[in-house]
Amino acid sequence: MKKLIVGLAALALFTTACGTKENTKDADTIKIGGNFELTGPVSAYGTAESKGAQLAIKEINAAGGVLDKKLDYVELDNKSDTTESASVATKLATQEKVSLIVGPATSGATKSATPSLTRAKVAMITPSGTDDGLTLDSKGKVQPFVFRTGFQDSFQGVALAEFAETSLSSKKAVIIGDSSSDYAIGLTKSFKNSYAGEIVADENFTADDTDFNAILTRIKDKDFDVIYMPAYYEQAGLIIKQAREMGIEQPILGADGFSNQALLDLAGEENVSDVYYSAHFSLNNDEKKIKDFIKAYTDEYDIAPDAFAALAYDSVYLAKQGIEEADSSDPQEVAKALEKVTDFNGITGNFSIDENHNPVKSVFVIELQDGKEAGGTEVKPK
Amino acid sequence: MENFIQQLINGLSLGSIYALIALGYTMVYGIIKLINFAHGEIYMVGAFIGYATIHTFQLGLIPSLIISMGFCALLGALIERVAYKPLRKATRVAALITAIGVSFLLQNVMIYIVGPQVRAFPQVIENKVYSVGNIQINQTQITIFLTTIILMVALQFIVKQTKMGKAMRAVSTDADAARLMGINVDNVISFTFILGSSLAGAAGVLVGMYYNSIDPLMGVAPGLKAFIAAVLGGIGIIPGALVGGFAIGIIETLISGYGSSLIKDAVVYLILIIILIVKPTGLLGKNKKEKV
Repeated sequence: MKKLIVGLAALALFTTACGTKENTKDADTIKIGGNFELTGPVSAYGTAESKGAQLAIKEINAAGGVLDKKLDYVELDNKSDTTESASVATKLATQEKVSLIVGPATSGATKSATPSLTRAKVAMITPSGTDDGLTLDSKGKVQPFVFRTGFQDSFQGVALAEFAETSLSSKKAVIIGDSSSDYAIGLTKSFKNSYAGEIVADENFTADDTDFNAILTRIKDKDFDVIYMPAYYEQAGLIIKQAREMGIEQPILGADGFSNQALLDLAGEENVSDVYYSAHFSLNNDEKKIKDFIKAYTDEYDIAPDAFAALAYDSVYLAKQGIEEADSSDPQEVAKALEKVTDFNGITGNFSIDENHNPVKSVFVIELQDGKEAGGTEVKPK
Repeated sequence: MENFIQQLINGLSLGSIYALIALGYTMVYGIIKLINFAHGEIYMVGAFIGYATIHTFQLGLIPSLIISMGFCALLGALIERVAYKPLRKATRVAALITAIGVSFLLQNVMIYIVGPQVRAFPQVIENKVYSVGNIQINQTQITIFLTTIILMVALQFIVKQTKMGKAMRAVSTDADAARLMGINVDNVISFTFILGSSLAGAAGVLVGMYYNSIDPLMGVAPGLKAFIAAVLGGIGIIPGALVGGFAIGIIETLISGYGSSLIKDAVVYLILIIILIVKPTGLLGKNKKEKV
């Protein structure tokens, strides 16, 4: 069955690839590539980002394009596969001759696309690749052609530590972390390094655990004022439920892995109070440009945008700013200009690109009460 | 001390579930000397049947338990007839590999039908918390514990007091002699699968209710732990499964409670190795002379 699906997907890709090749180079357009996970296990991220990117392209073209030229968006599916991502990136850079690539959504696919793009000297902007190592090579030197619009993992840990200290006035924290994912381990590390208070207990679990009563009983009588929980929603939902049922009432703090409806289903809405998590983007924001984006997206696709769509939308506008500042559609010039972007105004925040190609931007910390978003706090980078 | 008692309560609820699953392993092994690795998957299917009856048909806990047990009983009997019966005369390792095959088949069929994602189990009983001093015990834990005890007593009654139970014990002692006495061995084996699978179905619903989370791969880890519980208590011995299940549940909880939660699985598997080296017949097992 799986082979059949892969076969069909390959066939579909082949036919679209043949189709797009007919578009010969047109001097009146600037080509932007899209390398997204449109099928496969993480297609939920990729399709949302593809929609966000296409909305931005449409808006830019309707407003007259960039440098008096229309944008031509060429999108290929990397099937949530790292090898495929590398070959899609090569194809976009060498055959389609795009000025810049938006995507992929995940850190793994971004990492594998990096070598071929560095060789082809075409920049890519990953909307949601958050691994710290994406924009740096193994020696810690910056990758000249990799940029991102989402904040990196270590920054989330720092921002959450700051939020715990300032907004929750926390002095003693308990960490309950997933020890089986790099994502959670990184978050634990950066929180520990920047949290000024005392860490009373550091508990771990693995991704296939379902019973957390033993850990929770152990921390229950300890003196602490916040629980930091770097984990994905599958386990976080269960821990929140078991903790609240046991009578542990302290605020619970998590990262963007919490942002899924399943968290509320697993924990039970009545248990999800005093829960905070960091997010790239919040739907409950009164700023006009965010409201406009939500409306435009909902009109176009009939569903509300999520953080992934918003980040991809910002990535395309960042690409536009890069091309304008370079005053050229030459890929190398665009990459150079992106390094110097300082005052980008996006819907996921206003930011500059720092020397490591990371955006210097704010983190939204969303507050949940009875399973509903009850407010947001912006944590600015130091 | 209060903390210790609280951890014991946590361990007993976890142990009840291991014990229910371990019973299925132990009964099947006692009768046909087969380690039925598909047993963990029957438990998973039981959880999904419970999800369907509670969520889609809006039934209460007791009817859902009964429907799920019934469905799993049928599934267990079907698996036995289709996959194991043709191999009755084959080597034991052939049957064991078939069991692993059935296990993967069930997992992947369920992924195909319901999707791989984790889903929330509907709340079926009101979750009250009772406190004695600082010790807390909630309604779900009590329900799990009581259901386990009731099912154990019923099982003990069937095995010790009924004609079918007598036949089961006879087949387990010596299948050929039992056949000569006019016992229909195939029916007895099917009956054993029916009993074991219905207990796994009950465990599935209870776990769904307790942890509020089910997915098609949920049977793998508890299946293995229950297997260890069965070996620890003495595989083939029904009270052994009970002892082993509670022991593993409590050991696991105490290790996460007082040692480190990172090593709890390692310790459980270490127990399996030690028991196989030191006393392969298990805690309640007696050394028997090999029949010649």
